[in-house]
Amino acid sequence: MATTLATPLRALAAVWNKPAFDSRDVEGALQGLGVGGSTGPSRDIVLTAPDMAENGAIVQIEVESRIPDTEAISILVEKNPTPLIANFVFSNGALPLLITRIKMAETSELKAIVKAGGKYYSVSRKVEVALGGCG
Amino acid sequence: MNDTMKIRAQLKNDLTEIKVLMSHPMETGRRKNDFGDVEPAHFIQLVTATLNGKTVLEAQWGTGISKNPYLTFRLKGAKAGDKVAVKWLDNKGESGAIETAVTAA
Repeated sequence: MATTLATPLRALAAVWNKPAFDSRDVEGALQGLGVGGSTGPSRDIVLTAPDMAENGAIVQIEVESRIPDTEAISILVEKNPTPLIANFVFSNGALPLLITRIKMAETSELKAIVKAGGKYYSVSRKVEVALGGCG
Repeated sequence: MNDTMKIRAQLKNDLTEIKVLMSHPMETGRRKNDFGDVEPAHFIQLVTATLNGKTVLEAQWGTGISKNPYLTFRLKGAKAGDKVAVKWLDNKGESGAIETAVTAA
């Protein structure tokens, strides 16, 4: 069972964006993702996160894009050792919304980058972290 | 069939909310264990979700997703009985998969 399911995924392993995820700064991560130029700030991205996180190992966040034709959402934490947390690509009726739990090493800007209609938009908010969780 | 993952897909007013919980250490490759040795990186890199076999979500993850990852996403147009499947693959080539049917709330 495990092997038959793994086969198509193994082929996908080659697509994992190593340069973007290994980058130690936001600029490098964005470059790795192919985000060129500036990302215009947008009020149509709703980024929900606690103002103050007790435990940086588990910070629940929600990102929703209200920008038409949203294709992808990326999440970055500026001050993490490797800032890029995740990249989500939506298709076939999936709404551009996600809730997940992330690690934050210290108090930092949390960023969401939205790709919509071939353009990039961003939103950023500060999350205070009491106890870092990136060990 | 699979005790390392949990999934629920609930339909409400034309929107289906899918909640997934995966059992995984999500080691960054920087953490030291109780013996002072660095635990090697071990984390999920790819997650895909399908509705009746058609891809709806493709995610790439780094080490910054919390241990035992949790994910919620929403689909439009799914019906009760439709099959939602989620698979993951980690940096060691290990994988997990789970499937469920959409249920009306």
